[in-house]
Amino acid sequence: MKNLIKQQQWSWFISGIVLGLIFIIAVVLVKPIGVSTQFVIFDGVVWNSVEELVIEDIGAKSGYSSFNAYINKSGGKYAKSIANPLNYSFVFAFAMILGGFTASKLATKKIEKDEQSLPRVWKDRFGKSSKKRYLASFLGGILVLFGARLAGGCTSGHMMSGMMQTSVSGYLFTLGTFVVAIPIARILYKGGRR
Amino acid sequence: MNIILALMLGFLFGFILQKIGASNPQKIIDMLRLKDFHLMKTILFAIGLSNLLLFTLLLLGIIDVSHLSIKSSYIGVIIGGGIMGLGWAISGFCPGTGLVALGEGRKDALSFVLGGTIGALLLTLVYQKIKDTVLFFNLGGKMTLAVTNVKGSSALFPAISGMFVAGGIGILFIIIAFMLPDKK
Repeated sequence: MKNLIKQQQWSWFISGIVLGLIFIIAVVLVKPIGVSTQFVIFDGVVWNSVEELVIEDIGAKSGYSSFNAYINKSGGKYAKSIANPLNYSFVFAFAMILGGFTASKLATKKIEKDEQSLPRVWKDRFGKSSKKRYLASFLGGILVLFGARLAGGCTSGHMMSGMMQTSVSGYLFTLGTFVVAIPIARILYKGGRR
Repeated sequence: MNIILALMLGFLFGFILQKIGASNPQKIIDMLRLKDFHLMKTILFAIGLSNLLLFTLLLLGIIDVSHLSIKSSYIGVIIGGGIMGLGWAISGFCPGTGLVALGEGRKDALSFVLGGTIGALLLTLVYQKIKDTVLFFNLGGKMTLAVTNVKGSSALFPAISGMFVAGGIGILFIIIAFMLPDKK
């Protein structure tokens, strides 16, 4: 156990078991894991602090509504979370950051400083400029969250939780994702060492 | 109570994503380049295993069916998946692993997460304009392959036991996970 905590990375076999288990535990105790919605909630909380984005509305299914059609959809489900940021899913996302922090701190073998912002595969192809990499991850972030919200979920919600429940949407999402991601990654990072 | 669970489960999930290497963009990009199947084996094994476990627990009545949540199928699921795939390949992060990598102190993850808040905001702003377009054309609603008995959800194979369908898929995924090469 101690060894598992200190190891930099687990074998695929251990990884698969533990990853499968956390998705099961989450659904036994609460509900399937999902992350991308929380970016919307975060935006909404910030927005709501400068302009009244969500209001209490006894007519709405959730008890909250918004003038924005997206925040207002499904009976004001997102509006409710924005009005009450201390909810399960939002706290879950923040706790993930803490989990990542702790896991990396406990590893005995640390990742090199340089690798912390520039993946080797990136450096091989695009050089040492970290500004370029930051710009690319920024653009990547825009695309990833726009796409995930359009699809109604991300790798966690659609791919893992979705396919776990044999949801057709999970399969469609995974298909769309890999059909684009594999050729793009192969072209973009062509010739890079492994 | 719910908040304590959120803290515990979110912490565990973040911890696990870091330990399996999913928050390392190098590993993600090498998986997508088909150069390193470590993560793909992990994901396939995890899905296969959770298929088997979930449907066994449902059958035994240990999981309350109201805890399940089936997402709708529509054109935008595929298109959105494609757009996410593009950003995933460029950055090597997805929403969850980006947060975990941010926790690790990666600066590229910080710019990814900032970009993510912009991407989510863009969708929030354009939703009104696109919600009645072909992007939200229904492809079967909350449909699953295996019977789940979730309210409002239908199964593609309603005549076969859910355990049988999900178990079959699960075993297939696990076999593929074992067959893929594990180059270290």
